[in-house]
Amino acid sequence: MVSVAHLIPLFPFLAFAANILFGRRLKSASAIVSVLASSISLVLSLIVFKGLLDGECSYLLGKWLTINDVSINFGVNVDALSVMMLLVVTIVGTLIEVYSIGYMRGDPRYSRYFAYISLFMASMLGLVLADNFLMVYIFWEGVGLCSYLLIAFWFERPAAAKAGLKAFVTTRIGDTGFLLGIFLLFLATKTLYFSDLSHLVPVPQNEWMLTAAALLIFCGAMGKSAQFPLHVWLPDAMEGPTAVSALIHAATMVAAGVYLVARTYSLFVLNSFCLETVAVIGGISALMAATMATVNNDIKRVLAYSTISQLGLMMLGLGLGGYTAGTFHLMTHAFFKALLFLCAGSVIHAVHTQDIQKMGGLLPKMKVTGITFIIGTLALAGVPPFAGFWSKDEILLKAFQSGHVVLFGVAVLTSFLTAFYMARLIFLVLFGKPRSDLPAHESPKTMTVPLMVLAFFAAFVGLLGSPATHHAFQGFVYFGVAPEGETHASNGIMLLSTAIGLLGISLAYLLYMAGHKILPVSVRARFAPLYRLLLNKYYVDEIYEAVLVRPCLKLCEFSSTFDRLVVDGLVNGVAQVMQWVSATLRPIQTGMVQNYLLIQVLGVILFILTVAGKICFRF
Amino acid sequence: MIPLNYFLILGAFLFCIGILGVLTRRNVVGILISIELILNAANINLVAFNKYLGTPDGLGQIFSLFVIAIAAAASVVGLVLVIAIYRNGKSVYADQYNLMKW
Repeated sequence: MVSVAHLIPLFPFLAFAANILFGRRLKSASAIVSVLASSISLVLSLIVFKGLLDGECSYLLGKWLTINDVSINFGVNVDALSVMMLLVVTIVGTLIEVYSIGYMRGDPRYSRYFAYISLFMASMLGLVLADNFLMVYIFWEGVGLCSYLLIAFWFERPAAAKAGLKAFVTTRIGDTGFLLGIFLLFLATKTLYFSDLSHLVPVPQNEWMLTAAALLIFCGAMGKSAQFPLHVWLPDAMEGPTAVSALIHAATMVAAGVYLVARTYSLFVLNSFCLETVAVIGGISALMAATMATVNNDIKRVLAYSTISQLGLMMLGLGLGGYTAGTFHLMTHAFFKALLFLCAGSVIHAVHTQDIQKMGGLLPKMKVTGITFIIGTLALAGVPPFAGFWSKDEILLKAFQSGHVVLFGVAVLTSFLTAFYMARLIFLVLFGKPRSDLPAHESPKTMTVPLMVLAFFAAFVGLLGSPATHHAFQGFVYFGVAPEGETHASNGIMLLSTAIGLLGISLAYLLYMAGHKILPVSVRARFAPLYRLLLNKYYVDEIYEAVLVRPCLKLCEFSSTFDRLVVDGLVNGVAQVMQWVSATLRPIQTGMVQNYLLIQVLGVILFILTVAGKICFRF
Repeated sequence: MIPLNYFLILGAFLFCIGILGVLTRRNVVGILISIELILNAANINLVAFNKYLGTPDGLGQIFSLFVIAIAAAASVVGLVLVIAIYRNGKSVYADQYNLMKW
């Protein structure tokens, strides 16, 4: 029953159409429309999953367009990777839509919100199912558009409007690279289908083209997955509604970059340089974002940095040859990061602030949120047996096996920092004494139920890749040949990753909980320059401002001045000359008949004289 | 017989008087009369050439009859216009009208 796959994106799209056209009439029913559509997609995804297990595969839907001898078809790509993504997107998406019912209640643009979310779901599912670059690019832009619309959803706030613009422009830079990469790839291989990539044979003539294409496609992935140096938009994207941050900027859209790299993995493995680039960029992003997360005081921004960091880890895993490791982490991360964002949303919903320094002691007042928050944190920090442990363990193992000592070190350090900042977050938010007078209360059922479901996934989804299920995931999603038997003799790594996770948590405990034996303030004072560097996000925004934004604005100003003075000047000048000439000539038109006639007679006389003169002089 | 030149000089003389009249007369009726003079100057020429160049079928004379007929019609139209202008502006002086200005 794989052939229902193309209906999966259709239902959310219909929900979008219904909400955007009849939103005014639907009012609060628009949420139900969206949730229903996503649920249908979820059921269909499960059916497709079942079909895939029974051995069915991709199919063709129809012809799209033909240019000369190149034809592009609507194809539906059904394989382990896309089905995994389908399940993640539909499960997380449906839960977040349910959550949004409570979270967005009373918003003046309630149905508009659900329209956008549904459009996003449709685009994301289309992206996952597309079987060629062109369709992927279309849906890629679709999710980018939805991201922009939803970040700037509360556009009355200047910060939100600005953040939306920033996200759009920054990802656009990556997307331009992606598009160029597609062109180059087509030039080199004459194909746009993913299925053709696996039997690519590089010949010396097109080898550089394939390498360049891979790097350019990775550019697109960098933009979407907020990897250094295009990571700047993601923290600002937290201006959008929290449910949006959870769905788009944590679980699904930002993972599209990782998905793209995994999808075009055959292209990357052709050249070890491409893979190394992916790994290094991932490593830089992972470490950089993790360090920034340790000092931030905004609950959502900490999570945003954590997202960048974890996406960096996935890239690192992919770059070091850990196809399965990267995609596995992508899946587990989607669940626990969505959970964490929704918990943060629930907290924000209750206390109306995002500053963690003002929170504290919320656990007794918000039991469900608190406990699920802790589960999410443990999953992200990599404490066994929660989800993040198993997937992060895979990446660490790959990094260790690859022999890249520096990158392995980066991965370990990132894991340590992850545990530290997440522990810091929950200690500051949930434990201790309330640091200010906040009206904390538990959120409504529509919000807590998705939290519990996601917490279940965050706790147990990792077991799919553990010895408990005989590495079911690894046998399902893999690149090339299936891994044989139990090659995961990684007890040492498991021990190490558990140890660093616990170490990070203990450090946070010492700093923020244990009777303030070490005061964060004194640590801050000790490392003042470093602290300032981290707090200012490595000054990346400032550097971009100075190096890119300001020169651009200068250029714009110059162009505008040029336009006003020179171009407009020319046009206006021509008009003015015309006006002057006509003003000079106007008195000739007296309006008196006899004047005209006089001139006419004079003209005739002149004519006669000329002719007569000619005749006289010739003869 | 009177030589041809005499007729031509008379025609030219009449023509010049007519032109001068059209250009200098303020009264619109005077202008119309001057126009008649111009036409008649042409008629004299036509008839004179017909006689002296010896066209047998009297073509010039017929032509001048046509001119007289059309001139009559033209002056009717002209007078109608004069009356219309007079009713509109209470004046028959051409220099007081500048309707043909932008």
